[in-house]
Amino acid sequence: MSEILSYLLEGVQILLLLSAAPVFTGWVRTVRCWLQGRTTAGIFQPYRDLTKLFYKDIVLAENASWIFRFTPYLVFGAAVLAGAIIPILSVDLPLSTTADVIALVALFAMARFFTALAGMDVGTAFGGMGSSREMTIASLAEPAMLMAVFTVSLVSKSTSLSQMVQVIGHGQLILRPSLAFALLAFVLITLAETGRVPVDNPVTHLELTMIHEGMILEYSGRHLALIEWAGMMKLFLFAVLGIASFFPWGIAEAGNLITLPMALLFLMTKLGLAGAGLVLIETGLAKMRLFRVPEFLGSAFLFATLGMLSYFMLE
Amino acid sequence: MISPFILTSASLFVILLALILVPLLSRSQRLLIVSVFSLTAVASLLTLTAGIWTVRDGITESYIILLGLPDLPFHMRLDPLSGFFLTVIGALGFMVSVYSIGYVKGFIGHRPVTSLVVFYSLFLAGMFMVVLADDAFFFLISWEVMAAASYFLVMFEDEKTENRRAAFLYLVVAHIGAIAILLSFGLMAGSATGFEGFNGYTFDAMRHATFPPHWAAVAFFLAFFGFAAKAGVVPLHVWLPEAHPVAPSNVSALMSGIMLKTAIYGIVRVTFDLIRDFPWWWGTVVLIFGLASALLGILYALQQQDLKKLLAYSSVENIGIILIGIGLSMTFAAFHNPVLSALALTAGLYHTLNHAMFKGLLFMGAGAVLHATHERNMEETGGLIHKMPWTSALFLIGCLSISALPPFNGFVSEWLTFQAFLLSTALPSTLLNLLIPLGAALLALAAALAAMCFVKAFGVTFLGQWRGRHHPHIHEVDWSMRTGMGMAAIACLCLGIFPTVMINWMDAVSVMLVRGKLSESAGAFGWLWLTPLSHERASYSGPIVLLGIVGVVSVVFLLLHARRRTIHRGPLWDCGFEKITPRMQYTATAFSMPIRRVLGFLFHVRERQEAKRHPVHKAFIERLRYSLRVRDHLWDWLYQPVADVSFWVARRVGRLQQGRIQVYLIYSFVTIILLLVLLR
Repeated sequence: MSEILSYLLEGVQILLLLSAAPVFTGWVRTVRCWLQGRTTAGIFQPYRDLTKLFYKDIVLAENASWIFRFTPYLVFGAAVLAGAIIPILSVDLPLSTTADVIALVALFAMARFFTALAGMDVGTAFGGMGSSREMTIASLAEPAMLMAVFTVSLVSKSTSLSQMVQVIGHGQLILRPSLAFALLAFVLITLAETGRVPVDNPVTHLELTMIHEGMILEYSGRHLALIEWAGMMKLFLFAVLGIASFFPWGIAEAGNLITLPMALLFLMTKLGLAGAGLVLIETGLAKMRLFRVPEFLGSAFLFATLGMLSYFMLE
Repeated sequence: MISPFILTSASLFVILLALILVPLLSRSQRLLIVSVFSLTAVASLLTLTAGIWTVRDGITESYIILLGLPDLPFHMRLDPLSGFFLTVIGALGFMVSVYSIGYVKGFIGHRPVTSLVVFYSLFLAGMFMVVLADDAFFFLISWEVMAAASYFLVMFEDEKTENRRAAFLYLVVAHIGAIAILLSFGLMAGSATGFEGFNGYTFDAMRHATFPPHWAAVAFFLAFFGFAAKAGVVPLHVWLPEAHPVAPSNVSALMSGIMLKTAIYGIVRVTFDLIRDFPWWWGTVVLIFGLASALLGILYALQQQDLKKLLAYSSVENIGIILIGIGLSMTFAAFHNPVLSALALTAGLYHTLNHAMFKGLLFMGAGAVLHATHERNMEETGGLIHKMPWTSALFLIGCLSISALPPFNGFVSEWLTFQAFLLSTALPSTLLNLLIPLGAALLALAAALAAMCFVKAFGVTFLGQWRGRHHPHIHEVDWSMRTGMGMAAIACLCLGIFPTVMINWMDAVSVMLVRGKLSESAGAFGWLWLTPLSHERASYSGPIVLLGIVGVVSVVFLLLHARRRTIHRGPLWDCGFEKITPRMQYTATAFSMPIRRVLGFLFHVRERQEAKRHPVHKAFIERLRYSLRVRDHLWDWLYQPVADVSFWVARRVGRLQQGRIQVYLIYSFVTIILLLVLLR
């Protein structure tokens, strides 16, 4: 019985991911509009954008190979699989043991690998530029990401996500300096990994500054829709991953269905706050020059290392 | 009765048969290639079977061969460790032998291939014998057979200065290393018998000896130096990016895929089997060298424009990752933690096997590109995915594996290494607790840079449009080359999906070396789940990751294609810019520019721009010349001084040579007098 229930939960969670990711992006855009004094298109605008793209035909470059056509599906698949692994609503997930947090990072790396290849596939200068920059930033973000994950897993003595969530959720509500530093590092890495200001600007098409947009410049129709949707899911997943590893309180435990509505309410509140925080960072900062990004990621690495040192020194 | 040992001996005889056939068949080169490479494939297959069998059953057999010096016969031994390496060598040897049938045919009409065929067989036989040897003499003889054969293989296209220079450099480094190994064995043999008698030369005598700690340290570091020179550990890696690219590609695959691994075998054999008892800081030294190799290797690889040079530098990185596993294992073993030690050792050895598969595949792929386009420089290629669909798909699998992306094999071994890093908190030393995690961060950096490096390698070579000035007739390679690469690609996928099966199989090795058993915890939940210590600690399931991705991708694909919206093909959009030419694509140099800028202090970078201006209107630039040279700092800091000093000494010594017989007679006379005085 509980087996079936947990599989059901898994399905619910994937559906939640697919449907809530565009809303989260819409929420972020809405808050930004409020802060900048503009009228908003509503939090459901990303749905309309996606629908529009799904209905459009595809114009494919003449020399695009199968990699270009395969990439959107793979990026989407990796995001959905990642969503099945991260505990969003409940820790009782059958697929959660499929991959631990290191494998999760590798799953995102695979999506990035193919996106970068797709950027180079048609042979434009912008595509290559985007790929080169994206891979550079990713390779500098990876050590910092691992150090942050390492610190959390030191505290929870595991790299398995549901185990990490359970241990931290059951711990006392005290301020651990190691986790505080790790959180700081994680926020900086999230900005870099999901391509937000100050590292990349998701709304720009100004040629010389784009990174992620540069790689997907040649996409259209349903391919673009899949990539955009996967991008929204990635932002959502990073937010959820941060919530699950640092503020898991309120998540539903195994075999406890009654807490599920509460867990949903908690999640919505936390995501709302996370989105607002993201907008505050994005409107407060200007986009950096590309060669300042290593310093930015270096400081993320430093925070994560400090977190780990303080675990050994203080805890 | 068939035993693994009989199978390995049979494989050596098959190679001997192949060598006997060579003079008979050298008239018909085509027949020679087919028959000899088929025989080496059979020999490799026999060895592969023997290796798998030995490791699975944990067999240990020793034999004395009545060959060698009087009273000092050769000893051979087959145990799980040598069985594991026989498996690695046999597996890649088989794939590359099949591949060679097609590849070497490309030389027909250009040059005789007899020497290539002969030394290829000898090279394989040498590697088989190295891992079978159970005494210092036989080991060193096999080691030299391997080194000499590979020297001639690097020299194969000997009309090019580049090749001769590379082969010479290789020979020098290989022999400096061999001297260190010889000295190390001498020390251990001497200690085993108390420097009396010759019987200490067998590994068995060394195994039962107790070494004084300082002598053990000297012996270990001599051996480590010697094997590190062969493995291409930074700073002894300089020969590798010279020698691997110029050798024929099937040989590069063997050199990078398995010859470097014999050095890993040597390190493991000497450390865990012969010396056995070591302090923790040896492991830390190995770990530090591993980290330096991993990081610097991949950074240099990223700066290359030559596809094979890039792959050679990436071998330096992967040897580093293997050494990280071995170093961690040594540290854990020194603190008497057999299970963690087994985990780290398994990670290292698993990466050894994985690297053999994907690097073999990538070098075979590079060979296919070279075969089809006659171009090694990535800046002149591009768009090969349209002309060579098979090669590009197989090469892509190699790139995914080496970039440690799930569900391929490189990911599993790096994941195990990360787990070993994370468990270093179990060590009772605070210093190590603090420092080892930083190593994990360096490994993460190296892994991420590897992904960047192989996006570049694949993207520039196979994607985009052809960059070269000439448009050669490019064709897909023949069946034997595709089969060779295909088998390696399948191995990459299977090793990534069924790691639990492999780890259960490899258990005998870690039981033998560190007395730690991993299979009980790693395979506790069946073949589907890999749980290195406990399922609460960490778990990974390759099959489910693969099924999950394939499932989601196919469902989405089918859903979207149900409506049958058409795809229009059109010219490039590129933000509306017109007249895009292939020369405007990102090149290999351009791709790695951000890293050159960020981490440039690690290289010796010389970048120059010269503008030729219009004679009248100075503001207009007619032509722009850009030149870039990236070199190892180590070459200037370490090798140039040594070379300078040896030339200086040679010049000084040269003054003794007057060219007059009288002077030489005086030298002999003085020597005799001195000897009489000193050795009365």
